Amino acid sequence: MFEALSDRFDGIFKRLRGRGKLTPADVDEVAREIRLALLEADVNVRVVKQVIARIKERAVGADVAQSLNPGQQVIKIVHEELVTALGGTAGRLHTASKPPTVIVLAGLQGSGKTTVAAKLARLLEHDQGKRVLLVGADLQRPAAVDQLRVLGERVGVPVFSEPTDPVSVARTAVAEAERTGRTTVIVDTAGRLQIDDALMTELAAVTDAVTPDDVLLVVDAMTGQEAVAVAESFAGTVPLSGVVLTKLDGDARGGAALSVKEVTGVPILFAGVGEKLEDLEVFHPDRMASRILGMGDVLTLIEKAEAAFDADEAAKAQERLLEGRFTLEDFLDQMRQMRKMGPLSSIVGMLPGVPKEMRNAEIDDGELSRVEAIICSMTPAERRDPAVINGSRRSRIAAGSGTTTAQVNALLKQFKMVQQMMRSLTKPGKKGKRGRRMQLPPGMTPDQLGAMPGMPGLPPVR
Amino acid sequence: MKLRGRLKRSRAPFAGMRARMRARRLDDEVWDELEETLLLADTGLDTATTLVDAVKARAVAEGVDDGDAVPELLEREITAALEATHADRALDLEAGRPNVWLLVGVNGSGKTTTAAKLATQALADGHSVLLAAADTFRAAAADQLEAWGDRLGVEVIRGQEGGDPGAVAFDAVQAAGARGIDLVLVDTAGRLHTKVNLMAELEKVRRVVERTPDVLREVLLVLDATTGQNGLAQAREFTDAIGVTGVVLTKLDGSAKGGVVMAIERTLGVPVKLVGVGESADDLVAFDPDEFAAALVGRDGDDGAT
Repeated sequence: MFEALSDRFDGIFKRLRGRGKLTPADVDEVAREIRLALLEADVNVRVVKQVIARIKERAVGADVAQSLNPGQQVIKIVHEELVTALGGTAGRLHTASKPPTVIVLAGLQGSGKTTVAAKLARLLEHDQGKRVLLVGADLQRPAAVDQLRVLGERVGVPVFSEPTDPVSVARTAVAEAERTGRTTVIVDTAGRLQIDDALMTELAAVTDAVTPDDVLLVVDAMTGQEAVAVAESFAGTVPLSGVVLTKLDGDARGGAALSVKEVTGVPILFAGVGEKLEDLEVFHPDRMASRILGMGDVLTLIEKAEAAFDADEAAKAQERLLEGRFTLEDFLDQMRQMRKMGPLSSIVGMLPGVPKEMRNAEIDDGELSRVEAIICSMTPAERRDPAVINGSRRSRIAAGSGTTTAQVNALLKQFKMVQQMMRSLTKPGKKGKRGRRMQLPPGMTPDQLGAMPGMPGLPPVR
Repeated sequence: MKLRGRLKRSRAPFAGMRARMRARRLDDEVWDELEETLLLADTGLDTATTLVDAVKARAVAEGVDDGDAVPELLEREITAALEATHADRALDLEAGRPNVWLLVGVNGSGKTTTAAKLATQALADGHSVLLAAADTFRAAAADQLEAWGDRLGVEVIRGQEGGDPGAVAFDAVQAAGARGIDLVLVDTAGRLHTKVNLMAELEKVRRVVERTPDVLREVLLVLDATTGQNGLAQAREFTDAIGVTGVVLTKLDGSAKGGVVMAIERTLGVPVKLVGVGESADDLVAFDPDEFAAALVGRDGDDGAT
């Protein structure tokens, strides 16, 4: 629903293209768009100001690198700033010198503490070989402890709780862990509002009682401006050491991550990315930065394209294309170049503006192998001029590539369509509906799309 | 005035603004500050810009030229914007026949707690109530509702964990018909609006309820007031999938905000019907634009209240 930052930039940078340096006026204009994008992503207003100030400082007078146009250059600066702000390198959990290591989870109601407790227990127990004890210290919400018990059973981790009070539950649990040889204790606390003084005091009492090695704030990725107040209040009450960002499997931009990081200074350690108990990942600042900017992994894509892409080859191909001499040989070359960038499904995932049905669809990389086999079974003459392919040639190609004549026909038909489509794309001023649907990376023109390795003839999405 | 009293904390950004606006000339800086304050209330940039422009225009029209008057102008504009939709905010509950209300929303928005509060209020109004635990996914979700049912003396219809939520809803509607129950509150599993299959499941629950003609009276989207701009996406997707009839804005007591509901009303025409401003059942109150605006902006004597 939100326009990707890269699309916003598109118009501005069309005018800037060809200039060597960015003037303060250019940067101001760009800064306005960045501000919009960050606000739409729910980054706190005040945090936005700080980030923009830093970006401006870097962008004014920045050399526009030869390989990048000004748009890409600024996006790169913005992206780098955000990655730094989100905590450049990944943080990690602390381990007590004398076990058990104690981790306390805190946060607002409904942020996902109980689910995170179970997911974290699974991660530590199964992937890191820890012996975990889950502790249900949420005695407020009806059946919260039951929920933890069920989840504990599912991940194969024991759960401790008793109907006393949170402080004594936590204290007894640590003793219980020592007794039963559990090396890590994860305490799930009740959700509380940051303005509820009584409950915040109670939380402080819990952390005082068990001196945790880590106190993690669990934050819903959909949180708005309030994230700052929440983070400030929790950080002021308990010794926060990390953040877990939940519900990232939705479509929220997750600007709250930036706000929380700026306010607390503690690293974001994990991200909840799905309903299943395995769906807890180590947090990646660079991916989060791209998400906040709403640009898919365009940067990764640009990098991959630059790495995989032979500029001379592409130029030649484009030239032939413009002259209407685009052959199956060029088609094969481009397809191979694209495959160097990685599996198709991951590339589609990186493109901004791809509809979510397509993003979630299964893309069959096998289809590409089939296409490659068919073309390789043709003679050079056939590749250059598919018109010569008659019935008996079709049968031979099908036999040679282990496919059917119907599949050979389908490819030839598809290639013909691609040829037509490419001709219309390369005609200036005729962008058509297609151009709007697939939003191009910043500063990229449809011509460049034509030269992009292998873009034509994507296999059918199923 | 309950809402305003409970929203005291929410006014922090506006209270600060009120103090800073005092005896200032209306220049661009003032308008920027106003916009920023609105953004802090999660209104989103579109709504903020629209409101600032409206306040500006009204200031010119009324010959206002100093900052003192700005908060009041803003309050009037917020009220006007919310009333412009002419939304029907009443909940549809007719005695003497089964009324089914479906509670939907993303994970952790407060559906189960809202169901319990609605049950409490309906009982107090003399209605008979049935709770349906159609959240068969989250571990112990039905237990949570059952704990409420026990406290309130209300029967809870539940199914197998991992079972079909449609079946639970169906059983509940049948039971209500047989026993002459007034209100059936169907608590569904939290789901992110981006999950296509889970939204389809919800559609099915709706269809199952609608097999009994004319019983589905409300589809309430439960929205956490701390939610930012994603709230609009949630409202849009749930409305597209199952036709939301109203929004319940929860946890507004802790939040500076809820501003996203203005965008929801404006762009989707879905009215906010209830707001949750505290833990107890009476803390779920009818939404009133005038009070919401007053609560958001604050009045004299609220200066610097934090």
